[in-house]
Amino acid sequence: MADLRLAGVAKRFGNVPAVQDLDLDIASGEFIVLLGPSGAGKTTTLRLVAGLEQPDAGSVHIAGRDVTRLAPALRDVAFVFQQYSLYPHLSVFDNLAFPLRSPLHPTSETDIKRKVNQIAHMLRIDDKLQNPATQLSGGQMQRVAIGRALVRDPSLYLMDEPLSSLDAKLRNDLRLELKRIQQDLGATMLYVTHDQIEALTMATRIGVLERGRLVQVGTPQQIYEDPVSSYVAARLGSPRINLVPRSVLAGLALPDRVATVGARAEHLRLHRDGHEPAHRRARVTRIERLSDQHLVHVGLDGTDQELITAAPAGQSFEAGDAVGVELLRPLWFDAEGLRVRA
Amino acid sequence: MAEIRVHQLHKAFADFTAVKDSSFTVKDGEFFCLLGPSGCGKTTTLRMIAGLELPTSGQIFLGDEDVSFKRASARDIAFVFQMFALYPHMNVRRNIAFPLVSQGMPGAEVRARVEEAARILRITELLDKPVSGLSSGDRQRVALGRAIVRQPLAFLMDEPLGALDSEFREVMCRELRALHDRLHATTVYVTHDQMEAMAMADTIAIMNRGVIEQLGAPLEVYERPASVFVADFIGAPSMNFLPFDAALASGASAVRIGPAQIDVPALREPISERPLLCGVRPEHVRLEDASPLRAEVLGTEYLGTSRIVTLTTAQGATLRAKVDVTSAAKRGDHVGLAFDASAVSLFDKASGRALRTARDDQPLARRNGARHG
Repeated sequence: MADLRLAGVAKRFGNVPAVQDLDLDIASGEFIVLLGPSGAGKTTTLRLVAGLEQPDAGSVHIAGRDVTRLAPALRDVAFVFQQYSLYPHLSVFDNLAFPLRSPLHPTSETDIKRKVNQIAHMLRIDDKLQNPATQLSGGQMQRVAIGRALVRDPSLYLMDEPLSSLDAKLRNDLRLELKRIQQDLGATMLYVTHDQIEALTMATRIGVLERGRLVQVGTPQQIYEDPVSSYVAARLGSPRINLVPRSVLAGLALPDRVATVGARAEHLRLHRDGHEPAHRRARVTRIERLSDQHLVHVGLDGTDQELITAAPAGQSFEAGDAVGVELLRPLWFDAEGLRVRA
Repeated sequence: MAEIRVHQLHKAFADFTAVKDSSFTVKDGEFFCLLGPSGCGKTTTLRMIAGLELPTSGQIFLGDEDVSFKRASARDIAFVFQMFALYPHMNVRRNIAFPLVSQGMPGAEVRARVEEAARILRITELLDKPVSGLSSGDRQRVALGRAIVRQPLAFLMDEPLGALDSEFREVMCRELRALHDRLHATTVYVTHDQMEAMAMADTIAIMNRGVIEQLGAPLEVYERPASVFVADFIGAPSMNFLPFDAALASGASAVRIGPAQIDVPALREPISERPLLCGVRPEHVRLEDASPLRAEVLGTEYLGTSRIVTLTTAQGATLRAKVDVTSAAKRGDHVGLAFDASAVSLFDKASGRALRTARDDQPLARRNGARHG
């Protein structure tokens, strides 16, 4: 396994800057997740590392070696795509063995057999090795596709939303499996997703992309608790963080630069009684019970601002209740959405 | 709007049975979800309601009319597909108006209906824009607009949010449900994503291998799953299952698993000696040092507001606990496990059926009702 360094990488498609001035250092054995909505530049970044795209500026280094101008096959990376592409005429075993039979990586048949069996066991498809690839379920096919990347010992694994085409339930299971395998192999991983749960649960560090720029890199906890902007704050957290314009929070003592106040659902406390001056008056509009999560929607009095709050178990409200809203750990943002720190 | 009644619906493709003897009623104005894994028969059921497939046997009523073998175009139903196709050369207004114009509706009425639909969807300011520059959310709204203007008896939706970013899907879920609260349109919605079903549905039908395993309000199927399949499918992460063998008397309120006595809701039926499963949701598992039920921590996952701890018991079962984010549990730790007794479910392992317990006695809160707690 190896480290990866991107230095000042930029890529445009016509007039559209897909990736801008991107610097990223990944240590050997790290699981880095690039997170962002469609069009943020996640997949382009991955393809630049793989060599499937050439950067307009900057350089890519794998294990200390500048690979910027190197052909994809010579970069020693394994790529897993969103849509599994297996060889339909080959068995699961031969699909898994395929990368090892490449003339670039001469391997003895004994070693191939050992390696394929080991990976198949890890992915729990060892009983399917003799099946034709086409006789597998979607989840099994995607595991074979992932397995084909894992049989080699590349310097780096690149994965582009490998779980997004799967059923929600299977996605949950494979997420854990993938993380376990990555840890067991000590693999260096660059993983692209728009799914915040995948990012939170698998990443050593998350890189948040916004219109081609890497706006923050940090541990899941840093990104969740200490975002640099309202854009980053809105990427993690379900329900999404409430972003409230200063104008509807009159009476709250705020620094001059603050334009927007961010409050996560769990950081809004509702009070039924009393008229604390710091509490904003509001009315309950709707109760949403999602499995173990109880969300209380409130509308701030005199505005059309709605907030989603998470009620602690045991607190009960009904639509129409008058409440006071207390902000426990607000995050402040300026007019550009950048964080204002106390 | 109208009620949809499905009676003993059956569909076979050659020797494969896609839907077996399904019966259910979608009440007038209800948001009804067909939920299940791929291949469970949910889409086939929807396509039969739409008239895109004909049943092998059984009946479908739309209001009072038996539409089982009527052509799709003769059923007053609007279908919203996963891949919403808009006409790229038409602006938003003409896209929404299209179904009405092709019916030959007079211009003034078309105009009024399109504007009404746009107002409901809050896209009035987009009406004269080309569809090419729209965000995926606005495209989705336009596709919905095209369904709404027809003022059909019912809406059928086949994973309409499946192609969206997960982040955006959550926003659209709230929006679809809010739209439903304004329109009160009878809606049948197909999804494999339990989160979508939990967030939007009045009633969920959970399907498995062509059979409806349980019909109920979201909280009912969550808190009182009728089978292991339902318990496992609803909720993320899934319910934990601990196997044990026992004979239990009616009224029993504890079971023995390995060295530990586990309190459970009082049983309401006697059970002869057999393999059983004790089901506990991750949020009802606590890490308690004093408990005799021992486990080793395999790993933890940070989720912002909580932490998921994956554990393996001395008996070899894998469990997940949803604990406070401040929990210090880490890989390799040995801990004791305790469960919230009132929230435990029991299942017959062979049939998967839930055993009747005191949990079934209490009345349940309704979905999104005015009351909770």
